[in-house]
Amino acid sequence: MMHRRTLLAAGTAAAVMPAPLSRARAQANTIKIGVLNDQSGNYSYIAGLNGVIMAQVAAQEFGNRGFNVEILSADHQNKPDVGANIARQWLDRDGVDMILDVPTSSIGLAVNGICREKNKAYINVGSATADLTGSQCSPNTAHWVYDTYMLAKSTGGAMVRAGGDSWFFITADYAFGHALERDTTTFVRAAGGRVMGGVRYPFPATTDFSSFIVQAQASRAKVIGLANAGQDTTNCIKQIAEFGLTRRGTKVAALLMFIADVHALGLDVAQGLVMTESFYWDMNDRTRTFTQRVRPRLNNGQVPNMVTAGNYSGTLHYLKAVADMGVAAAKASGVDVINRMKAMPTEDDAFGTGTIRPDGRRIIPSFLFEVKSPAESRAPWDYLKLLQTTPAEEAFRPLAEGGCSLVRS
Amino acid sequence: MDEIFGIPAPLLFGQLLLGLINGAFYAMLSLGLAVIFGLLNIINFTHGAQFMMGAFAAWMLLEWAGLGYWWALLLAPIIVGATGVITERLMIRRLYKLDHLYGLLLTFGIGLIIEGIFRNEFGSSGLPYRIPPQLQGSWDLGFMFLPIYRGWVVIFALFACLATWLVIEKTRLGAYLRAATENATLVQAFGVNVPRMITLTYGAGVGLAALAGVLAAPIYSVNPQMGSNLIIVVFAVVVIGGMGSILGSVLTGFGLGIVEGLTKVFWPEASATVIFVIMAIVLLARPAGLFGRG
Repeated sequence: MMHRRTLLAAGTAAAVMPAPLSRARAQANTIKIGVLNDQSGNYSYIAGLNGVIMAQVAAQEFGNRGFNVEILSADHQNKPDVGANIARQWLDRDGVDMILDVPTSSIGLAVNGICREKNKAYINVGSATADLTGSQCSPNTAHWVYDTYMLAKSTGGAMVRAGGDSWFFITADYAFGHALERDTTTFVRAAGGRVMGGVRYPFPATTDFSSFIVQAQASRAKVIGLANAGQDTTNCIKQIAEFGLTRRGTKVAALLMFIADVHALGLDVAQGLVMTESFYWDMNDRTRTFTQRVRPRLNNGQVPNMVTAGNYSGTLHYLKAVADMGVAAAKASGVDVINRMKAMPTEDDAFGTGTIRPDGRRIIPSFLFEVKSPAESRAPWDYLKLLQTTPAEEAFRPLAEGGCSLVRS
Repeated sequence: MDEIFGIPAPLLFGQLLLGLINGAFYAMLSLGLAVIFGLLNIINFTHGAQFMMGAFAAWMLLEWAGLGYWWALLLAPIIVGATGVITERLMIRRLYKLDHLYGLLLTFGIGLIIEGIFRNEFGSSGLPYRIPPQLQGSWDLGFMFLPIYRGWVVIFALFACLATWLVIEKTRLGAYLRAATENATLVQAFGVNVPRMITLTYGAGVGLAALAGVLAAPIYSVNPQMGSNLIIVVFAVVVIGGMGSILGSVLTGFGLGIVEGLTKVFWPEASATVIFVIMAIVLLARPAGLFGRG
């Protein structure tokens, strides 16, 4: 009996007291952002927890403009089923309004479908596949800092122009690797180059690449194109150096590489590699101030990279759109938020000014860098020198060529 | 240029050699497993974690004590082997009279815990460990450039396997071990301290895993998951070779390394699966394994 009385009392209290009501109101007035990425595996050191922290930094800097922001995070372990389950749970049960980051293209594409089905907003930062704004584009999605087309055009194009006209690909056997190989092949062929061969290795179960490296050597290609990322890329570069290919003149095109990879490899191994980014901490005064401001918050002494800075920039732009249209409207429709985001120019310390196209592609310049030699590097994390800038309007695939159903001619 | 099955011969030789190198790791790890299973009747699922601990021990010796690769080759197996001895004394010992399944579950759990602790302490991105200066560079074999370090791995692993086999087959200690495997009570009646022998055998098996870990540290990145990637394959190797067969596990280790290497040429996408396909076939045709008795 005691139990039932307590329950009754609690019920009465709840009806009389204003506290639970204000809590309910607070829920309705809180925007929830879910950062979903790899926090323990192959890609975890690119963004991982630092990606979550950068979203929190953006929310704090944005401040309270009449609504609260809550950041959730989870580890998808590079498994599409795990990632899709978390996304569904967040949207169905936990009231998450926007999903952010989601590296590993197979999972990035799965979450793309789920957000569309539930009409929530989706800002993809970590996935590379250009299909997110091409054949699989969605009105609920913005693709934020880079994609396979942009990498292929910048890094691939530069390698061919420098005389690397015959290629051998070492490709991670899933959506991302396939897209990167496909887009790079297009540029190599368009520039008159040839693809001599390639291997697709099981992802993420491969750590020894020596067999593929020997095959690449036997093909006599001038360039080995690495259509992979994270530890696979650093393992490949290390082992290519171990087998002495770089010493004998074979070029390595690390088609997707982050500054965290350069740091993990060390300049003596990484020097001379070219890589493409849309953000580098040491670009200008604005990015340097930004880096000084946020770096104390990051783990493992990292500087912000293209993906973590992208999480910052994406969160900021999303919150601006929410403030602009009101929390209730933003919670009601993910398509409306993304449309509002497309209607306003993006503006932040990391990437400067940009725009979002109808297909969801954010348009910003891409930069081709070369990794410095140990002698050229003057300070910690002074790793890259700028070779070339591709202006925003040329950096990405032309709107009409993507095959996106949202684009009407 | 000569071709075999449409693949240039030099390329094929290169792949055979690389397969042999990977096989060296399989052989060393499966050897430890076979020794432990042979005497303790325990399927040691902690083996992957102990391999990883060997690599980490090498890294720690270098970073914290300034001791390089050659010291690590000596000390890491002893340190990690000692942790194995403690584990056997405190926990595994209690399970000898029970079904295999309990030993498997216990060692699997211990392995997960160790991996979790290392991930917590060191994060999941790899730690750098350099090839010792004496073994840097590569040999020109005509058909390929072989990094000296990889050649060293094969030679060293062969030597370690041979030494283990000699100890077990040709020495008095080995005779005791083999006798205790057949009938522990009788051997004890002759005045041999069988429980201590079992403890030390487990320690030695673990030490072999750690030794393989030190060998792997300069080629693969040293990270907490490095063992779990490898251990499933190694179990398949042991099953194919025949549980408890020492010579069998060594030969199968090298053999399957070669098969895997060839798959990487003809059908790279299947290279992670081929060993398990072979395992299924062997289990159907010869359930005791290729070299197993029974």
